[in-house]
Amino acid sequence: MVQKNKTFKASWSYDPAPESTDHIQIKKKYDLYIDGKFVKPENGKYFETINPTNDEVIAEVALAEKEDVDKAVRAARNAFKSWSKIEPKERGKYIYRIARLIQERSREFAVIESLDGGKPIRESRDIDIPLAANHFFYYAGWADKLEYAFPNRNPKPLGVAGQIIPWNFPLLMAAWKLAPALATGNTVVLKPAETTPLTALKLAEIIRDSGLPKGVVNIITGAGKTGAEIVNHPDIDKISFTGSTAVGKYIQKAVAGTHKKITLELGGKSANIIFEDAAIDQAVEGIIDAIFFNQGHVCCAGSRLFIQESVADTVIQKLKDRMATLIVGDPLDKNTDIGAINSKRQLKTIENYIKIGLDEGGEIYQTDCKLPKKGNWCAPTLFLNLSQSHTIVQEEIFGPVLAIQTFRTIQEVIEKANNTPYGLAAGVWTQKGAKLFHLSQKLKAGVIWGNTFNKFDATSPFGGYKESGFGREGGLHGLKPYVKFE
Amino acid sequence: MSRLNINKTYKLYIGGKFPRTESSRYYPITNTKGDLIANMCLASRKDFRNAVVIARKVQESWASTSALNKGQILYRIAEMLEGRKEQFIEELVLQGTTKKAAQIEVETSIDRLVYYAGWSDKYQQFFSTVNPVSSAHFNFTNLEPTGVVSIIAPENQGLLGLISVIAPAIIGGNTVIVLASENIPLSAISFAEVLNSSDVPGGIVNILTGKREELISHMASHMDVNAIIYCGTDKNDIKTISELASNNVKRTIFYKKSDWLNNNNESPYFIEKTQEAKTTWHPVKV
Repeated sequence: MVQKNKTFKASWSYDPAPESTDHIQIKKKYDLYIDGKFVKPENGKYFETINPTNDEVIAEVALAEKEDVDKAVRAARNAFKSWSKIEPKERGKYIYRIARLIQERSREFAVIESLDGGKPIRESRDIDIPLAANHFFYYAGWADKLEYAFPNRNPKPLGVAGQIIPWNFPLLMAAWKLAPALATGNTVVLKPAETTPLTALKLAEIIRDSGLPKGVVNIITGAGKTGAEIVNHPDIDKISFTGSTAVGKYIQKAVAGTHKKITLELGGKSANIIFEDAAIDQAVEGIIDAIFFNQGHVCCAGSRLFIQESVADTVIQKLKDRMATLIVGDPLDKNTDIGAINSKRQLKTIENYIKIGLDEGGEIYQTDCKLPKKGNWCAPTLFLNLSQSHTIVQEEIFGPVLAIQTFRTIQEVIEKANNTPYGLAAGVWTQKGAKLFHLSQKLKAGVIWGNTFNKFDATSPFGGYKESGFGREGGLHGLKPYVKFE
Repeated sequence: MSRLNINKTYKLYIGGKFPRTESSRYYPITNTKGDLIANMCLASRKDFRNAVVIARKVQESWASTSALNKGQILYRIAEMLEGRKEQFIEELVLQGTTKKAAQIEVETSIDRLVYYAGWSDKYQQFFSTVNPVSSAHFNFTNLEPTGVVSIIAPENQGLLGLISVIAPAIIGGNTVIVLASENIPLSAISFAEVLNSSDVPGGIVNILTGKREELISHMASHMDVNAIIYCGTDKNDIKTISELASNNVKRTIFYKKSDWLNNNNESPYFIEKTQEAKTTWHPVKV
């Protein structure tokens, strides 16, 4: 594909550079990982996990229902007795082993993550998998150091944690949830999303190989109904959920009046603010990264762009030029910038929002990249001519669709940026340090990125204000949701 | 006919290499029966000074290595040591430790490395602060390594003592020149072999064998060394070090304990001993 535009006078193209799938092993059928063994679901039902690039079935995966959830919770409860009492140093060693085993098998995991979820191999290889290993490595070290995290409080594990994770960063979210729960001495029943269960099931193999005592981690697969069984199970002490705000609200309501503690990492509509004194080219890269990273399937995606009026024309032109160079296509190709939309359902949601954007008078720009015929794809999209009241400015789209507005003053952009029920993250682009820190104080969001965006680290707490949820994952703060004080 | 063993020549460890002492001097280590185990290098002032030059050269790049990476490297040392556990137990037994004590010492040494590997990306979170100053400033304090550190390792527990003082210093981004236990020096040089095969860049840890009485004054007086750790109880040594350290306001750290086994001998405060606190002010008002 040859692209020509003002900024990038490219008249050449990339040859395909697909990652080989020869070295990976995917079984035809996956069972539930309960009590240290892979077991068939009680009712014998399975569902398919689909390759979003070609609609082909990759594998069949067990559907966990009430009886299976019961079994998993029982296993976790049994394991808790000894796991919570094991020497913390030894507990840490198991988690270090898991980190090492992920590192050793990282290429395999990256390929499967891209196959099952549609994300570019560059991202799964360089971000998802290494970060997942780092999370285990980081929290392994905390296992015998909790007295320093909570001085004079004698922290104790909560018990059995039910963890429900989304489809946008399947292995990484499993790591974010499992690592701190294990380090603090909890046992776990984890459910990956129904469209991306494979790397979690591969992780079950690693957990088995690590020698972790049986029942400490149980991984069961299914859709929302399975998740609801976990949320409503009476013998679970903690629910940790990452997903939509709507489901988050359901969970908060469902556990009301029970002893269950919850952590919610929900939706977002994060502001990305470009001031006139920003390094414009860097900012344009930042905008691209903020909204098109992982096809925009990112809860903290910078989906609302605010550009200071004086530089708006320049930034928008450069942004369009840069968008035109983005390569949409085979997630396993190392040149691919934007992979497949995770599922048919999500593609429909995104297309519906694009339609609403147009119906409400938004001015659309999409790159004219050729999209493959089969599978789920969406061209990089931006909308101009929007105000705060537009639906696509207010609601989370969870796709590669950017809503652009302009502003004149600092006060104005602070008010616009905060005028949302969400509060997960925000980006600020300016060369003036004082302005950056001022915005950091005024923006109501859990993560503020200054002159960067979508940066994650095991040591850095992540989580939202307002309807983006509560509790933090990562860093010292990530331990707190899994301990109680005597 | 029985096979004759190949005996190891124990040399120094400087800049990632194993040179003999430039002085070509030695001192013998014997077993309880008086038989020779090894001739150790009797390191000179010049050996020490060479090591400081290299330690200084690599300190900045080591300090700027990410905390995650430093932690993984320390964990790698533990992995390598675990794989050579039996050798280290045998070597300690050869130098007079009982088999049981040797096993405990080696296993505790491995676990201690893992313990400090874990602190690598955490001690900063434990010691640093955001300071609520009254003016419109974002003000925070974080730790940075002191720099190059001289270490006189514990005289007993030739392996565990050594590791207990090296690990917290290097995980904090310092580089070190260590004088091994005078009477139990074999483990230190064998440990250098472990370091050498553990992704630890050369020059981060330099290990000398020799006499305390000869080297201590140089280790305390060198103008390009930022801190000195002394393990021992000799009052004259402590006084000498304290006086000489004043020449360039070296930080002095004295550990008088004789047993490094129990868990009180590991904590983030051992890391903090060779750290400097830095406070940054930044305006937040536009």
